[in-house]
Amino acid sequence: MSNLGTAGAKRSSRHLLRANAWFVFAFLYVPIVVLVIFSFNDSERVNVWQGLSPRWYGEALGNTQVVSALRVSLIVAVTSTVVSTVLGTAVALALDRYRFKGRRALDGTVYLPIVIPDITMAVMLLVFFAEAFKLIDVIGPRLTLGVTTITLSHIAFNISFVAVVVRARLDQFDRTLEEAARDLYATPWRTFRRVTLPLIAPGIAAGALLALTLSLDDVVISAFTAGPGATTLPVYVFSSIRQGVTPELNAISTLMLAASITLVVASLALQRPRSTTP
Amino acid sequence: MPPLRRAKPAAAQPATSPEPTAPAPMTPAEIAAQRRKRRTGALIASPGALYLLIFFMVPLGLITVYSFATRTSTGRTSLSGWNLNSYERIADDVIVGIIARSAWLAFLTTVLCLVVAYPFAYYLATRPPRLRARLLVLVMIPFWTNGLVRIFAIRFLLGSNGPASALSEAMGFGTFRILFTPTAVVLGMVYGFLTFMVLPLYVALERMDWRLVEAARDLYASGSKAFWRVTVPLTRSGIVAGCVLVFVPSFGSYVVPEILGGAKTLLIGSYVARQFQAARNWPLGAALSVLVIVAMLVAVAINQRNSANAERTPAGMP
Repeated sequence: MSNLGTAGAKRSSRHLLRANAWFVFAFLYVPIVVLVIFSFNDSERVNVWQGLSPRWYGEALGNTQVVSALRVSLIVAVTSTVVSTVLGTAVALALDRYRFKGRRALDGTVYLPIVIPDITMAVMLLVFFAEAFKLIDVIGPRLTLGVTTITLSHIAFNISFVAVVVRARLDQFDRTLEEAARDLYATPWRTFRRVTLPLIAPGIAAGALLALTLSLDDVVISAFTAGPGATTLPVYVFSSIRQGVTPELNAISTLMLAASITLVVASLALQRPRSTTP
Repeated sequence: MPPLRRAKPAAAQPATSPEPTAPAPMTPAEIAAQRRKRRTGALIASPGALYLLIFFMVPLGLITVYSFATRTSTGRTSLSGWNLNSYERIADDVIVGIIARSAWLAFLTTVLCLVVAYPFAYYLATRPPRLRARLLVLVMIPFWTNGLVRIFAIRFLLGSNGPASALSEAMGFGTFRILFTPTAVVLGMVYGFLTFMVLPLYVALERMDWRLVEAARDLYASGSKAFWRVTVPLTRSGIVAGCVLVFVPSFGSYVVPEILGGAKTLLIGSYVARQFQAARNWPLGAALSVLVIVAMLVAVAINQRNSANAERTPAGMP
């Protein structure tokens, strides 16, 4: 009797769990899917459906402001990814392998840019560039905010993310392989090139993809370090949304969505353990 | 812990901290090698460390200095004559109200995320491995997807005469307007940060020793009793981590309230931004930023102590 009761309770709780899971997946995906569908809407007005058409994609790509913002976004993302991947990987290696002066201080600060809310990091950098420009103006050319300041800011937060991701990979690293190389009289550089680097390469690639994604996604820090001459695509979208939703924004957003989903799939493929494909 | 895994203990240990089992005195060659190794480490770390020093630590120092500065009548910042005026202004009713509202909405967001994400993570963790891996990919995609676009999607959905409103009208519920209300902001933050809650909970549940739950059931604990007395305490570290990961960005959120909120939902993130934009009161903005940073560091410290405790406590020993 009580057995039947618990079985019933178990079944209903299982149904509840499943219903909740469906609800969560719907919650996560429905808004995105609706946005994508409406980006193909032919209508001038966002809320009136008038049939399928790629019209707004054409309009978006014909908008010079959008194209120039996209260009800035790509320059910033690629530059900051390359620089922060090199610097972040070096920081991770040094923290994992070596004891040196200032190691503890570096270990503590490297996590801070991840923890601090975007808006505080943004205003910190704004104040920093204002002061730096005051100093530089005394000796030389007048500088303004623009592509360079956005890139410098993106590197500042991306170093930390790359360092954390690469360090996680180094943590599961089999040190005996490096020792074997050394025992076979490989020089330290050769050991690094031929043993260490190939083994941590997936971690570095994952870190680089994360950096690229974060750089392409960032709104707040870019908004505060962008100048009148150069804004990124997310900053353009952000300032346009505040003036109202347009079908063109739907199209741009869908393109950004497609770019980030491509990056996720790439990074998930990279992180898949190699052992499954012998 | 690391010392056990260090394959080359003698060379890798710092010279300054003598181990209890100190090796035999080092030969000059060994000392030189060790010094070289320390120099290599510093050399490898230095470009990144220098970058963080210039573009992170200096800005952090500057904003702290600015928080003690004075705003001149023209909206410029005068660094001469440090004072606590900006910190005193934080006690103003308006600002206290903004901080309280930010904390309250972040708290609501955290609770909602926990209530939805716990059963969800539980469901994920109890699926067969293959299905679990696939479902996890479905969870990761929104996690990595452009946050701005996702919030824009919510804005579009909830907009006046938007799809949600049209649907509710078609179903006979009439139009609804929640855009530009605190409800919309909380909804947007839950949407934006839900995965931050799901992932640590999933990790905690997946790592949990389910035999302990079975043991509780064998000892005639009811299902709910086993859940509350065994499962929940064992996944405490995931719960705390998830709550910190949701509360911190919600509290400092800027994009979500700017897009989904209205005049009545001014939150601290937007208020800080305004001080650096139209209001031109950099010292006040700086003081509020310092306050937010300190609050975040406290939250992170709580989380770290919690996860350190979780590691030290053997499974099943609360």
